[in-house]
Amino acid sequence: MRPAEPAAGLEREEARVAWRLVLPALGTIVLVALFPLMWTLWESVHLHDLRMPWLGRPFVGVDNYLEALRDPRFWSALAHTLLFTVTSVGLELGLGLGLALAMNRGFRGRGVVRAAVLIPWAIPTVVSALLWRFMFDGQTGIANAVLVNLGVLRAPHVWFIHAWSAWVPVILADVWKTTPFVALLLLAGLQNIDPSLYEAARIDGAGAWRQFRYVTLPLLAPAILVALIFRTLDAFRVFDLIYVLTGGGPGTSTEPLALYTFNALLQNLRFGYGSALSVIVFGITFALALLYIRLLGADLVGGKR
Amino acid sequence: MASVRLENVGKVYPNGHVAARGLDLVVGDGEFMVLVGPSGCGKSTALRMIAGLETPTSGRILIGDADVTSLPPQERDIAMVFQSYALYPHMTVRQNLAFGLRMRGAPPEAIDARLAEAARVLALEEVLDRKPAQLSGGQRQRVALGRAIVREPKVFLFDEPLSNLDAKLRVETRAELARLHRRLGATVVYVTHDQEEAMTLGGRVAVMRDGILQQVAPPMEVYRRPANRFVAGFVGSPGMNFLSGPVPPSLARGALPGGAILGIRPHDIAIVAPGSADLEAWVDVVEPRGSELLVYLRLGDEHTGEEIRVVAPPEPAIQPERRVGLAFDRARLHWFEKESGRRMEDVVP
Amino acid sequence: MNSRSRWPVVVVGLLVGASAFPFYWAIVSSFTPEARLFQAPSLVPTNLVLDHYRALFTERNFWVPIRNSLVVAGATTAFCVTIGALCAYALARLQFRGKSMLLGFILAVSMFPQISVVPPLYLVLRSLHLINTYPGLVLPYLTFAMPLTVWLLVGFFRQLPPELEEAAMVDGASRLRAFREIIVPLALPGLATTAILTFVYSWNEFLFALSFTLGPERQTVPVAIALFRGQYQVPWGQILAAALVATAPVALLVLAFQRRIVQGLTAGAVKG
Repeated sequence: MRPAEPAAGLEREEARVAWRLVLPALGTIVLVALFPLMWTLWESVHLHDLRMPWLGRPFVGVDNYLEALRDPRFWSALAHTLLFTVTSVGLELGLGLGLALAMNRGFRGRGVVRAAVLIPWAIPTVVSALLWRFMFDGQTGIANAVLVNLGVLRAPHVWFIHAWSAWVPVILADVWKTTPFVALLLLAGLQNIDPSLYEAARIDGAGAWRQFRYVTLPLLAPAILVALIFRTLDAFRVFDLIYVLTGGGPGTSTEPLALYTFNALLQNLRFGYGSALSVIVFGITFALALLYIRLLGADLVGGKR
Repeated sequence: MASVRLENVGKVYPNGHVAARGLDLVVGDGEFMVLVGPSGCGKSTALRMIAGLETPTSGRILIGDADVTSLPPQERDIAMVFQSYALYPHMTVRQNLAFGLRMRGAPPEAIDARLAEAARVLALEEVLDRKPAQLSGGQRQRVALGRAIVREPKVFLFDEPLSNLDAKLRVETRAELARLHRRLGATVVYVTHDQEEAMTLGGRVAVMRDGILQQVAPPMEVYRRPANRFVAGFVGSPGMNFLSGPVPPSLARGALPGGAILGIRPHDIAIVAPGSADLEAWVDVVEPRGSELLVYLRLGDEHTGEEIRVVAPPEPAIQPERRVGLAFDRARLHWFEKESGRRMEDVVP
Repeated sequence: MNSRSRWPVVVVGLLVGASAFPFYWAIVSSFTPEARLFQAPSLVPTNLVLDHYRALFTERNFWVPIRNSLVVAGATTAFCVTIGALCAYALARLQFRGKSMLLGFILAVSMFPQISVVPPLYLVLRSLHLINTYPGLVLPYLTFAMPLTVWLLVGFFRQLPPELEEAAMVDGASRLRAFREIIVPLALPGLATTAILTFVYSWNEFLFALSFTLGPERQTVPVAIALFRGQYQVPWGQILAAALVATAPVALLVLAFQRRIVQGLTAGAVKG
């Protein structure tokens, strides 16, 4: 009997079909995403100011990056981004968890609630920003009217003129818009927890808090992590909301990194420097993503056969 | 109809897991071969390799006289009944049955004819225009069968088709399958983990464990002369007793080479008075089963002694917490090597 | 779990109220005459008019941004769902080397900050004379729409039992035929949900639309609204009216398909 030959042909055939199916999508992604990113990297090590084309595009190495590190506006932008991210993600996680726990109880009209909560998530961020800007407007805003009526404020406050108070509508708008998404993710995680675990815990003598701490939290951890990843990355890249709500103002006191980069690029037309800022934003986002993926494990990407 | 041959077939997954090793099997034309073994023994993998849904990493597979090892399932002219039936949920029963024939470009009249015949044989005429979701479990099973029959393939492959049915339906469908096989004279390779199914359905039974064939033989031979300790313990219910203690002198003369394990089935032991027996034991639990008694006894110490099971006739009644004697049927003793578990011949004088 | 306590209903009620209030307020204000808007606001409206809505379509020609958004979001969705379905099927069902790397790559791309690709895309589009054109928007939109579509569809395809294709192949169907006759009909709900989500994301997109269009002829709805400028003061009435008009189609879609949308969003994210 001659030596057996593995039927590798079938597997190669399947791989060939697979790659043919994958190529159009992959090609598109490489073309419109990867390729531009490489370009940005390339640009970031050159001096390229569209206002001064006579300077050409000389190679400047890490000069742009050094300039960024020495740029106080860059550091403010970073601080603003961090403030925004930590505050809004923290609030969204807390509120979302509460909402998810409440919705998990199951009651009539759950579908209506879910729909009602989903709409803020579905509308353009721009619209959400405008709604909240309107509500916090110094003259016509209802926020002032309510707060004055309740006695919290003595007189209508002009929110957008002061750096610290301008953050309030920003954070509120983001929390309003994205808590539903977090709540839904967590709700799905909650519904995957076997109810008999709670019964067993009750029999063992655990009250509501203990049940939450020892049954809910550990089993919900994967969903929480997923929600954290998505929200943190989104919050870090925030642009639409702040552009429309405050324009980065007053001055530049609410300007996040993405907006600063945008200004450098399309207002100041400093493509080299703007590209360097872009790369920095990308780098931080990527590092965060890697960190989270490591925490979550290969679960997200792998999947069983 | 055609034969199926596996020549030294092996399957190793990229992560190193060995699902099958050195499988040499011949299923004759028109034969009903059952692959049986515990979960994870590789029987489903072997079946899927015959189907072409998995490719072996070594060896050849032949259907008829053709080497199909590198052929995709579409080109092997086989039909398969899946454990979950895999009926197309968005198609009616009629469309489900016709699908395979349609794929192979059969003319509509031929399709209708074969469809009608299969529907008649399987009592599906009433439900032809329903969708799978509207059928009962038994009906779905029959549609899965029908889909295979309609194709008139060279080989039928069954992957645990009865495990989703309740016990009563299982027994009825088993008989149906046997009847169908007789009518169609088809070559069947049937996978199950239930040794009772294997014994009642199989013309020949192939017992597998950890990817290796343990024994391939007709059911009665596997029952009477199991090739090793694993097969002996797997086939037959209640399972065979294995005694590892010192061998009673009445059963074997002289010392046994390298130590041996004695196997004896619960049906082949009789409960007698303590004096004239091969062994004495303490009655622990008695389970009345209507037509017989299942008696659990302990050898030696009444609490820690080795457990032994005996099937006894319903009369005379056996009382627990008594000492009794056990008489072994000399013709039904099985000896296995302690290390390898292999069957030892010519031990009993 | 105790089902007797009242607090979950209260909490949910509060949160639903908080969600809904901005809308209520926006709707009321959009029907409030301009002059009234600049006085102290009151919760219950007294006088309702259609002025702002009329002005939207007569003075500001709001049909144009709506048309632009429809074209861009529609084209992006159509392209991504078809191409993405093929890719997702391969990723979900077929075995080939580099599969998990590919999945990871697609996931990584979806995490790119949009701003990072704006400069080169701007330069490329400019040199191709595609600034302020439809293709000039659809192309950048593929950056986020393609990974999103593939990601969602992989989740949906994975939910279909693999035995179905195996049965089809044993029955004689080629992989592609099995895909067409078995998988696609069964995956239609998933495809529809993916299309809806892709459409919604594309409709709502702002940064690229802002960067790659120059004037009202090609601006999409979010950009048009953000750039509303009044003669003397901010035209809140019209802005709110426009915002609601912009929101209505999306809101209706979401309401109609909310169960599916939630399934789609959570299928890929949470392990079942």
